[in-house]
Amino acid sequence: MASLQSLDLKQRSATTTPPPGVRDTLEVAKLIDISKCIGCKACQVACSEWNDLRDAVGRNVGVYDNPADLTAESWTVMRFTEYEEQDGRLEWLIRKDGCMHCADPGCLKACPSPGAIVQYSNGIVDFIEENCIGCGSCITGCPFNVPRLSKEDNKVYKCTLCSDRVSVGLEPACVKTCPTGAITFGSKEDMKQHAAERVVDLKSRGYRNAGLYDPQGVSGTHVMYVLKHADKPEIYHGLPADPSISPMVSLWKGALKPLALAAMGVTALAGVLHYLKVGPKEPLEDDTPAGKPPVR
Amino acid sequence: MHAPPSAIQRYNYSERASHWLLAIGFILAGLSGLAFFHPSLFWLTSLFGGGPWTRILHPFLGLFMALFFIALGLKMWRHNVIDANDKEWLKHAGEVMAGHEERAPPAGRYNGGQKVLFWLLALCMLGLLVTGLVFWRPYLAPMFPVWLVRLATLLHAVCATGLILLVMGHIYMAIWTRGSIRAMTQGWVTRAWARMNHPAWYREVTRER
Repeated sequence: MASLQSLDLKQRSATTTPPPGVRDTLEVAKLIDISKCIGCKACQVACSEWNDLRDAVGRNVGVYDNPADLTAESWTVMRFTEYEEQDGRLEWLIRKDGCMHCADPGCLKACPSPGAIVQYSNGIVDFIEENCIGCGSCITGCPFNVPRLSKEDNKVYKCTLCSDRVSVGLEPACVKTCPTGAITFGSKEDMKQHAAERVVDLKSRGYRNAGLYDPQGVSGTHVMYVLKHADKPEIYHGLPADPSISPMVSLWKGALKPLALAAMGVTALAGVLHYLKVGPKEPLEDDTPAGKPPVR
Repeated sequence: MHAPPSAIQRYNYSERASHWLLAIGFILAGLSGLAFFHPSLFWLTSLFGGGPWTRILHPFLGLFMALFFIALGLKMWRHNVIDANDKEWLKHAGEVMAGHEERAPPAGRYNGGQKVLFWLLALCMLGLLVTGLVFWRPYLAPMFPVWLVRLATLLHAVCATGLILLVMGHIYMAIWTRGSIRAMTQGWVTRAWARMNHPAWYREVTRER
């Protein structure tokens, strides 16, 4: 889908000059309060409905996760984890998985195709599939294992944070549909404020380690969680404790690119200068005596 | 071929064909790969029918290059085993580059520099082949953990950079050393060329001083 927002780009993949950014929009965020989530999956249905996507009917793999994983057609999936606390109490952790809309997006950094991934000034990271070449570099770059390559068309897909809805002043479909108010949407500042109030409430109810998940390793995210156990994010179906763009990706897409091109340029120039200084290397004349037999 | 009667054959048809098919593979794999390496080179995808087609073709072009490197390498590796004479030659590489070939020990069919180049090319080729397979989408990449895909992607770029620099050096040497390109296109060199650039090889094939 082409971008509905074309004047408010903060970053554009594989682009070395500033993208059109004359319009500055409010930084937004979606806050998912896991302590309020009942795992009804209405958000999954709303996502499917708004984006008009119908994933293939899958098979029950013995857990409540349905579908079993994110796909090109399922941009959000409820992840269910049975967690046993130290005192033996069982807790059901339900995390709405999907794109985190990182402020420092590894997908965008890794993408080689100009304009296939953009970040708007409101913080939303969007895939512009018509520019996607299907190389899967975004999958390599993502610290959260979110983008999915479609087997049908070899394009990658993920949550858009309903950039189309947000651009006309609506909240994302999952937010609109959530029956418990576990998902809220607004300015990033307001969401942090709201999260802080929720954390105070959770702490007063005995969750001493409650906290906001807004990982600074990716300069914060535009999808944040309120976690009852913010000290152990991994228990929420492997939510990374300190995600960041892999150093291997940073090196590949950072220092190596200019250094390699510079080395090639210097090598070519060195050849020119060497030739000018030393000249061609050739025998002054072919002094082979006449009548020598050819060597085969 | 219209070689002078006294010419020495350096490369037969099979070697020349392997070399130039390898060269074509290198250029096509190289240009299609560079298209993804730096945004300023993305326009190179136009040469291959656009972004998706370049993505589809690049791995096959790489396999084509690897195939002919193996074909040529199997013919050449025996001539590129580095011995004590080559190590001595390498100590004089700077003088050779400055135009004082006579100060280095007489080179055989290949001099020490060429032999080092051969093995570095082989290393880069192997690296490109193995790492390229690891992140070949959509076919093979899903079989590997993401950390390995990341490592492979980085090493692929490093090996490609190394290969391009080595080939730039290789091409320059061929231009600098007059008569070398003809050796690889028509197959023959003059006796004077052989005496100047590969004296020990010259003595070996002609049994002349």
